[in-house]
Amino acid sequence: MAKLADRAALKEYRKKLQGKNQKRERKLISLCAGSGCGAYGTAKVHQALVDELKKQKLDKKVDVKLTGCHGFCEKGPIMVIHPEGIFYPQVKEKHVPEIVAETIVKGELVKSLVYKEPATKKKITFEEDIPFYKLQQRVIFGNNGLIDPTSIEDYIAAGGYAALEKALFDLKPPKIIDEVKKAGLRGRGGGGFPTGIKWETCRRQKGDKYVICNADEGDPGAYMDRSLLEGNPHSVVEGMIIGAIAVGSHEGYVYVRHEYPLAVKNLTIALKNAEKQGLLGKNILGSGFDFSIHISRGGGAFVCGESTALMASLEGNPGRPRAKYIHTVEKGFRQNPSNLNNVETWANVPVIINKGAEWYASIGTEHSKGTKIFSLVGKVVNTGLVEVPMGTTLRSIIFDIGGGIPKKKKFKAVQTGGPSGGCIPEQFLDLPVDFDALAKVGSIMGSGGMIVMDQDTCMVDVARYFVDFLKDESCGQCNPCREGLKQMLAILTGICEGRGNEGDIEILEELGTMMQKFSLCGLGTSAPNPVLTNMLYFRQEYEAHIKDKKCPAGVCKPLFHYEIDPEACTGCQVCFRRCPQDAISGEKKKPHELHQDKCIKCGICYDGCKFNAIVVK
Amino acid sequence: METAVEMEIDWETIRNIINSYRGNPEALLMIMQDISDIYNYVPPAVIPLLVEKLGVKESLIYSVATFYKTISLEPRGKYIVNVCTGTACHVRGAEKIMDALQNRLEVKEGQTSADGLFTLEAVRCIGCCASGPVITVNQDTHGGLDRSSVLKVIDDYSQTAS
Repeated sequence: MAKLADRAALKEYRKKLQGKNQKRERKLISLCAGSGCGAYGTAKVHQALVDELKKQKLDKKVDVKLTGCHGFCEKGPIMVIHPEGIFYPQVKEKHVPEIVAETIVKGELVKSLVYKEPATKKKITFEEDIPFYKLQQRVIFGNNGLIDPTSIEDYIAAGGYAALEKALFDLKPPKIIDEVKKAGLRGRGGGGFPTGIKWETCRRQKGDKYVICNADEGDPGAYMDRSLLEGNPHSVVEGMIIGAIAVGSHEGYVYVRHEYPLAVKNLTIALKNAEKQGLLGKNILGSGFDFSIHISRGGGAFVCGESTALMASLEGNPGRPRAKYIHTVEKGFRQNPSNLNNVETWANVPVIINKGAEWYASIGTEHSKGTKIFSLVGKVVNTGLVEVPMGTTLRSIIFDIGGGIPKKKKFKAVQTGGPSGGCIPEQFLDLPVDFDALAKVGSIMGSGGMIVMDQDTCMVDVARYFVDFLKDESCGQCNPCREGLKQMLAILTGICEGRGNEGDIEILEELGTMMQKFSLCGLGTSAPNPVLTNMLYFRQEYEAHIKDKKCPAGVCKPLFHYEIDPEACTGCQVCFRRCPQDAISGEKKKPHELHQDKCIKCGICYDGCKFNAIVVK
Repeated sequence: METAVEMEIDWETIRNIINSYRGNPEALLMIMQDISDIYNYVPPAVIPLLVEKLGVKESLIYSVATFYKTISLEPRGKYIVNVCTGTACHVRGAEKIMDALQNRLEVKEGQTSADGLFTLEAVRCIGCCASGPVITVNQDTHGGLDRSSVLKVIDDYSQTAS
């Protein structure tokens, strides 16, 4: 790997790599090695594939590539065979010999492995035809499934570092900032602050400046940053270099969670390779511009996603936030001007520079431009990462792309914005998703987590869950947040355990308003949101818990019991066999009986019954 | 937990870790993470060396070690089992996974099993939300679990260890 001395050298190198790819007639098997697929066993499938190809003496004729996350994590491990684009979901080790024998050798499909669309039961052969992908616009995330994240050659061949060329040689820094401003890019971490304006403010500052990437993705249920860093780290690196040129910085940091080992590994490789090729370090591409990037690993503290806390942590201290009378673009890391943006924001930058502000601004809504990656998870058929233009409706994301709610259950709410957001009920499903629309109904778009909830989710329990999370994560510096959360948790736990009192709702509202007004940082001011929006839209559920001592969703154990509906029970004996407590008795083909004295409400019978005969009372 | 094994410290390795960050005090957290990756905890015996090499106060080391969740000053098991309790895993039944593990290992969250093999902890989202409920055992991730399959995962590690 030689240093690319100048722009011409990079252009030539790219051309050479692209030519090589075009000549490729050989088959390429791409296997998703993102964390989602990894959890389902990609490593075993990969090993089996390499062994089988060797055994069949095909290892010199067929390439195998481990790529980043394809997004359709529900169906992992995912395999795509190129050049055709044949899509095999949920591939296991045992399927490998058949795939090699049929598809690789004979060019025929393994019919039993072809993807079946759950809604229509139709079989779909090619990745591009699957509704989950078809309805997306994958501007930022598209390359993830095509390139090997550990190969800088792959990124360059896909047009990578072309935006850096432009930024170094064609555009002056103010012009770069102008493009980002005109594009209307807003911070993808959740704040939604206009990126161009932040850069402009930082550019005006004097002294050594830092460019920082916030990869401390803490919102539970959001993992797009993880997948970008794992699957396409160079896009983030390229964005950061362009940002450094724009604001006039020569040193950058990526603050990434220690819990994301694969992201750390792939990013480390990417930085090393970029340096070796002369795309990072001293005198980048012979331009005279110097910039280097270091990695700092976070320690599992949610509050470190807050900019001032993150910078305290970078300095080797506990990550405690400070009041922001002076913004971090003026005085941040080491008391110097520091420009912090989130992973996805950085990945948007090369796209804007390559395709132009006008093109970028043509996507999205009036005040929210471009696309956004959402992590669509929870009780939804097609879970995974979804990239759509800003302004796409919740309904389209959850039902058209996500395939709706599994097991014919009813949609109840979608939680957006993590612990700073709220639960949005059915009546707002047609809202276009952007920074402003979700804020109007009491939630936020946040970093893009979308957790779908069905009839079996208890909204009081969800509120308790978030408060419990935040109570642990509060840094404890300011009273409103530390004590407010503690009291809220005590009240909510009481409600969930049947000790709720009249007036609890009002106290929760009062506490919430106090915290919103007087907490020190964003964690505290937004902490009551999940409770307040929940009480606004699901008040009857709170009242059922407090007044009737009932949990309608069947989650809060002291507040419900299971019964068997004798009309619906077919006597199939599944529950009888599965019950760990022997609490169910009955003869075959006759309605069963549930003995309350033995039942521990574990829910195994409820989850297992195909006839909806186990009911929550 | 006294049951977890206190390992003998390899001072050469510890020095190498500190030197790899060129004694930069800003790297304190990462140095402790690297030490943790070897011993599964930060043995308090290394603290004086950190004070000396990094030029930081002992109080800062305790402050950082107790602030961040990935650091423990107490010995932990050979395998650290982290149950993801992120929102997506929560609505898909992470609590049931935690229940099953607590029963099998006969410990509560944060404790180490009597054989010193497993430390049970909860983590707030590891970003494998589509595969939930998820647990990690040291660096391996296991997804799509239920009450019975999670016990099988634990059995596999028990067997490997014995």
